[in-house]
Amino acid sequence: MPRITYIQHDGAEQVVDVKSGLSVMEGAVKSNIPNIDADCGGACACATCHVYVDADWIAKVGPASPMEASMLDFADNVADNSRLSCQIKVRDELDGLIVRLPESQT
Amino acid sequence: MSDTEAHVVILGAGHAGGTAAALLRAYGHAGPITLIGEEPIPPYQRPPLSKAWLKGEADADSLALKPLEFYAESDIDFRPSVSAVELSRGSKTVKLSDGSALNYDVLIIATGARAIALPVAGAELDGVLFLRTAADAEGLKAALGPGKRMAVVGGGYIGLEAAASGRALSADVVVIEREARLLARVADPVLSDFFRAYHESRGVEFMLGASVTGFTGEAGKVTGVTLTDGRTIACDVALVGVGAAPNDEIARDSGLECARGVVVNLEARTSDASIYAIGDVAHRPLPLYDRMFRLESVPNALEQAKQAASSITGRPAPTAETPWFWSDQYDLKLQIAGMAFDADRILVRGDVAGAKFAVFHLKGDQVQAVEAVNAPAEFMAGRQLIQNRKAVSPAKLADSTISMKEVAA
Ligand SMILES: Cc1cc2nc3c(=O)[nH]c(=O)nc-3n(C[C@H](O)[C@H](O)[C@H](O)COP(=O)(O)OP(=O)(O)OC[C@H]3O[C@@H](n4cnc5c(N)ncnc54)[C@H](O)[C@@H]3O)c2cc1C
Ligand code: FES
Repeated sequence: MPRITYIQHDGAEQVVDVKSGLSVMEGAVKSNIPNIDADCGGACACATCHVYVDADWIAKVGPASPMEASMLDFADNVADNSRLSCQIKVRDELDGLIVRLPESQT
Repeated sequence: MSDTEAHVVILGAGHAGGTAAALLRAYGHAGPITLIGEEPIPPYQRPPLSKAWLKGEADADSLALKPLEFYAESDIDFRPSVSAVELSRGSKTVKLSDGSALNYDVLIIATGARAIALPVAGAELDGVLFLRTAADAEGLKAALGPGKRMAVVGGGYIGLEAAASGRALSADVVVIEREARLLARVADPVLSDFFRAYHESRGVEFMLGASVTGFTGEAGKVTGVTLTDGRTIACDVALVGVGAAPNDEIARDSGLECARGVVVNLEARTSDASIYAIGDVAHRPLPLYDRMFRLESVPNALEQAKQAASSITGRPAPTAETPWFWSDQYDLKLQIAGMAFDADRILVRGDVAGAKFAVFHLKGDQVQAVEAVNAPAEFMAGRQLIQNRKAVSPAKLADSTISMKEVAA
């Protein structure tokens, strides 16, 4: 199973195995990783699942859809590597992915 | 009150109750937590039941709020398939359907709402279904497919989402609505007309201004829906989506103050200081609109779960949020923020025919609500404008060549 590292804004790190096909958001919620509230359950409607994708992984993860990009435009603490984690589907080549949480999600 | 050893009993293991239990632990509550649920499964999300799940795009696992192990690991005593039948506030006990009784120090009523039945002949026939629970959704999904004909009674969000999912499963769909337009209670006419046209272009049939007088059947199974004008609409399955009523009987019988649901304040506390009520069952203040209302939405369930868990653990009350909601139909994402109360004009921004637009409800130069179709920037900026009570220039807002960033600046 792909292994994903979630790093909280304060630096606390959790590494969990996430089944391919689930989203990076679902991986966090199932393992009780805090501060990814996912209010809309992955409908790309709430922007409470915001993460920064580690620089080494951006190309593999791919770009945000126009809908996601517009949501991110109005989220807090957005950066070039911001993504909504519910829109990143976990697959084998994302084994090792590292995501960090923004200051607004603490 | 902040008593970290208190026994918190939560009635109803739905979106609100499940979230409250998890938050209490996250906020450091050390006392026992008992979560009583009428349904056989741990708390889950209902929105996908009419959307991705119904279309077969999400599995049962992905519905659960938390995996089952979470409750034992978090020392939450989750008891499925048992319901609360009576509340005695004097002795602080709840009687359960299995004959046992539970004592509480703090009680959270999170019993949600149930689908309203039509009081007409034939409503008990097989194939006359509701869509509130995972079990309901299983039944509906099994009844849909190529060549099947579904009659949806009620043109609200759940009915329209089920209609779109039914089309995705190649079923024939007819929607019967008593009012002259769809979404009559909850959306602006611009949206009603837009959604009607969009559904029609995807093969859904509509009967508006049509009242149902009963269901016809053969061998105990539904075969049609009869209307006041005498017509019978043939169907293999009838989905009744005419709204939901709060499960507030336990609270009412115990003498708690109730209106359209259990009356609470901004801590989600009822008229009894040791009892909270959250989610669809609660009649709550909407400070941005200076009134009380019963909301039926996930964001509301989450907000009130936070209010109750904060109050019980002695945290400051969270800032009141702008109510919001979403709905998915076909490739349309509808996002709504705020409530259209007291609005004196509406303003449409964007391209209705191109399915990318937003309807703003204004009171003077203040945004009261926004309904955005495939327009996330309008939704996000609108929600912030409502929350911050910020005035806008209506002329700028109507001009979609000016970005929402600039309008909101
Ligand atoms: C098909 C569908 C689609 C929806 N789509 C959306 C959407 O897109 N966006 C959105 O924001 N909202 C949506 N909603 C609304 C949202 O799901 C509800 O607002 C939310 O579930 C409310 O949470 P709750 O915990 O108050 O109630 P519920 O989730 O209904 O949970 C209440 C629980 O209490 C149990 N219960 C009741 N009485 C008792 C008793 N006496 N003892 C023990 N247990 C009891 C019930 O069985 C139930 O499990 C949708 C709802 C449905 C049904
Ligand atoms: S969970 Fe709501 S946008 Fe990702």
